[in-house]
Amino acid sequence: MFGWGRQRSAPPERTSPATGGRVGIEATLLKYIFRRIILLIPILFGVTIIVFGIMFLTPGDAAILMLGENAPQAELEALRERLGLNEPAYVQYGIWLGRVVQLDFGRSIRSGRPVTREVMARLPATIELALLATLLSIAIGVPLGVLSATRPNSAVDHVATVAAFGGLAMPVFWQGLVLILVFAVALGWLPPSGRLGGWQYYILPVITLGTSAIAAITRMTRATMLETLSQDYVRTARSKGVHPRSMIYRHALRNAMIPIVTVIGLQFGQLLSGAVITETIFSWPGIGRLAVDSIRSKDFPTVQGVVMVFALLYALVNLFTDVLYAYLDPRLKTRYS
Amino acid sequence: MAATETTTVRKRARGARSFWSVMRSSPRMAIGSVVLLIILFAAVFADVVSPYPPNQQNLRARLQPPSAEHILGTDHFGRDLLSRIIHGGRVSLQVGFIAVGIALSVGGLMGLLAAFYGRWVDTAVSYVVDVLLALPGFLLALAIVAALGPSLVNVMIAVGIAYIPQFARITRSAVLTVIEMDYVTAAQAAGSGDNRIMFKHVVPNSLSPVIVQVTLSLAGAILSAAGLSFLGLGAQPPTAEWGSMLNSARQYIRDAHWAVTYPGLAIVVTVLALNMVGDGLRDALDPRRTD
Repeated sequence: MFGWGRQRSAPPERTSPATGGRVGIEATLLKYIFRRIILLIPILFGVTIIVFGIMFLTPGDAAILMLGENAPQAELEALRERLGLNEPAYVQYGIWLGRVVQLDFGRSIRSGRPVTREVMARLPATIELALLATLLSIAIGVPLGVLSATRPNSAVDHVATVAAFGGLAMPVFWQGLVLILVFAVALGWLPPSGRLGGWQYYILPVITLGTSAIAAITRMTRATMLETLSQDYVRTARSKGVHPRSMIYRHALRNAMIPIVTVIGLQFGQLLSGAVITETIFSWPGIGRLAVDSIRSKDFPTVQGVVMVFALLYALVNLFTDVLYAYLDPRLKTRYS
Repeated sequence: MAATETTTVRKRARGARSFWSVMRSSPRMAIGSVVLLIILFAAVFADVVSPYPPNQQNLRARLQPPSAEHILGTDHFGRDLLSRIIHGGRVSLQVGFIAVGIALSVGGLMGLLAAFYGRWVDTAVSYVVDVLLALPGFLLALAIVAALGPSLVNVMIAVGIAYIPQFARITRSAVLTVIEMDYVTAAQAAGSGDNRIMFKHVVPNSLSPVIVQVTLSLAGAILSAAGLSFLGLGAQPPTAEWGSMLNSARQYIRDAHWAVTYPGLAIVVTVLALNMVGDGLRDALDPRRTD
């Protein structure tokens, strides 16, 4: 039933040929998307157990954490009663889950405001950062990978390979600091932190977050392009005298796109992880920094909310990639058109 | 007797020759191994190698740039950076090894049982793996540290758990291949018990991809642990650890760029060396997967 992660979860079933052209493809895709969503439910259910554990495993009394050490005993007892903290674990989990499915994570211990509102207020900043970093990594990674693959063992290829290796080994937090050191402290060209104030504020965070994705996409593009370029249909196209550029972009790259799209989807998870650190370094007001601040101040309802939102976001992106993957697979189109 | 001795010698010679030929054919792996050995040596003999004790403060020599006295300069407490980086390497490697050890033993066992017994065991294990994979590894580790509380030990546990899926998956697929082999069928036919077949025949023959994964995961685990420490959730001051050194040096970035540059370089070099060795091992042990 569960597919051992993403390896087997990708393509939709293409067993029964549908009756009519595009409608057939769309119907299959819709059925596939629906199946994927159904399969997500037990997984997200499992995640809620982990997220519940964040609060439950924490040493110390949640009521004291919320009201403070000096709160009167009666108030503490009332809160314990209200939160169900005197009940056995599974009852507590049930009560908590009942609220979470209504997107109610309780109130932030730090600010007293509903967690959902706090998270939603900061989510756009994170999505903005992650999307820009994804765009940057595609814009640089794909052409660089193609360049490497079309000129294997050339100077460009070697430089790209070394840069990609370096990019993968560089910790996000160090890279962010070095960029601040060079471009903000030494050269004074760009602001060291913050977000609202213009495009200059975006450059360093986006580069910091995008670097490892650039490296991964470059490597993947190079590898799949090398493989596609050696395929028969590319050789046929070449012998028919197709212009090299059109051969690379119209024939080879289009077919190499499928694994590249997969790696872009996988990289998005890395980007979410990187966002936690990037946002902390650049004082970016997103949910990553909210998570770190909440962990430090033991604001557990907020931590739970952020982790759950991260899981949802990741699931949605994986779903989107898988659907795109299914859509891009040329075999699907030829079968039904 | 003599005959056996000659065979052992010959076997050993062949092993050595293949080691050197792998090294020669993959200079990347050779460089990685040498760098890694140096780092390991420095970490093991940190007390002997470092010029100063890692926590020795000298407030009159705060934030000194690199000099003959302090080769890599000093930090905001006047502590010698080189000594702290060497001791930090010990911490980082320890964290990496223990975290990967946790992931390997738990994940490996899960993968082995899933592949060996199939059916509901496989379904159950794959459900757990899918749930753990529902969060990107670093965020899962972050969530676990949030639950257990910030400390270096908890970081090891958290990063270890975050790497369980990789090992479960790799072990499972390796074991599935081995189980099909004739010698396993033969052992079964000869009446060997499950445990004997698993640990005598299946495990030793499934090791190659797992070894590769260990090397590559070590690099990832060190990065994750340093990242958590950088966020203030792992090693606590005054412990010399690369991530937390960077975190505290951050405030002095305008006055002492060396305190930010060198601990980070140490991470990059270590991770790069591990990745080089891992990639080399993968090419040598598992020829099906290149790139």
